[in-house]
Amino acid sequence: MQDLGIQVLFRGNNFLRLLEGMWAALRIALIAMALSVLLGFLFGMLMTIHNRAIQCISRIYLETVRIMPQLVLLFLVYFGAAKHMGVNLSGEMASILVFTFWGTAEMGDLVRSALIAVPTHQYESGAALGMKKWQTYFYIVIPQSVRRLLPSAVSLLTRMIKTTSLVVLIGVVEVVKVGKQIIDASRYTNPKAALWVYGAIFLLYFAVCFPFSKLAAVLERKLAE
Amino acid sequence: MDIHFIKENIPLYVEAAGLTVRIALIGILCAFLVGLFCSMIRYLKVPILKGMVQGYIELSRNTPLLIQLYFLYFGLPKIGILFSSEQCAIIGLAFQGGSYMAEAFRSGLESVSKVQKDTGLSLGMTEKQVLQYVVLPQAISTSVPVFCANVIFLIKETSVFSAVALADLMFVTKDLIGIYYKTDEALWMLVIAYLLLLLPISILSSVLERKVRYAGFGNTSTVSGK
Repeated sequence: MQDLGIQVLFRGNNFLRLLEGMWAALRIALIAMALSVLLGFLFGMLMTIHNRAIQCISRIYLETVRIMPQLVLLFLVYFGAAKHMGVNLSGEMASILVFTFWGTAEMGDLVRSALIAVPTHQYESGAALGMKKWQTYFYIVIPQSVRRLLPSAVSLLTRMIKTTSLVVLIGVVEVVKVGKQIIDASRYTNPKAALWVYGAIFLLYFAVCFPFSKLAAVLERKLAE
Repeated sequence: MDIHFIKENIPLYVEAAGLTVRIALIGILCAFLVGLFCSMIRYLKVPILKGMVQGYIELSRNTPLLIQLYFLYFGLPKIGILFSSEQCAIIGLAFQGGSYMAEAFRSGLESVSKVQKDTGLSLGMTEKQVLQYVVLPQAISTSVPVFCANVIFLIKETSVFSAVALADLMFVTKDLIGIYYKTDEALWMLVIAYLLLLLPISILSSVLERKVRYAGFGNTSTVSGK
């Protein structure tokens, strides 16, 4: 029988290593997402303040992040920071920073639109009941906006997970890097390794992202009801 | 900042940007066609093909372009399917973008109310005519905002092409940093190059969005650009 080469995935602990690599990528996305949610809420609330200077600055921030490819941001932080601040950022640190920077902007915009969508009488009723400003936000506005926010926040997470594939280009050891190591190690014993390894990585990403995007779709449908 | 160095290397960036634009144009055009094709299949509910299109859309939306490129460029040659870097980039962009475009069209098609279609049919138009003259024009005009967002998204995605050995902006930047250690200059030129590429498109798309809002028919406010 012809050698298919699929064994490369199961030789030694190759598959386990790929999974570990996937987890390294996923961890970056999850940490950055958690930070983005926190900072994004603050940024979103900041954007609802009617102040020209704040709105101008946040607009510029948002548009800059939107218009720059994430890879460019990664390059800027990874190569730029090392030179200017003299800090030797690890690739992982740099990518968490960039993803948080990006996620905060996107999340902030989502929070802003969700906060605006809460009708004014909700704020006013809170005030009429003698609640303080933070109480109105904490007990009335935020719980309502979270429901509205959830679908798009989950799809932002999916986008973030997909974007973690870029971090290999600034030298983070994650699933693609591990895949390359496996391919190089079996260059002579299994010349077809690349096909199977990259195929497996492709499917791994799909396996991680698909449930999230389904979840986002379900949440959106629930919200529409 | 070394102005002389910047001046000397501008042609490199111009060339790289040209490459990005060329591939992006072809790729986005292909993506547009793939998207139109897929959304038509779903709209007309062609059996079997409909399921395949659905599978394709899920697969392409839930995987990163970079991994798709690696698979195309490093994986497929092992079973004798060889693509050049440029072909890979274009195929990758069409594969990734096609599903986004299909979703954009779908949301547009869904926004056209059923009354429009029925009215067309009752006026004696054939199914094809209704699609061509009634449904599609309205659907396309309502999906323009999403479509524009997709174009910008896809141009941004082109930044990963350096991974399949295309001499794009990222590639040139990394080269200059590696050879001359002129990190600042190279990064500045990179940022400015992308700004020059994307800012006009971003502005143009917001103008276009405002323009096509007039082309809407009836209640178009229900369509939200995502």
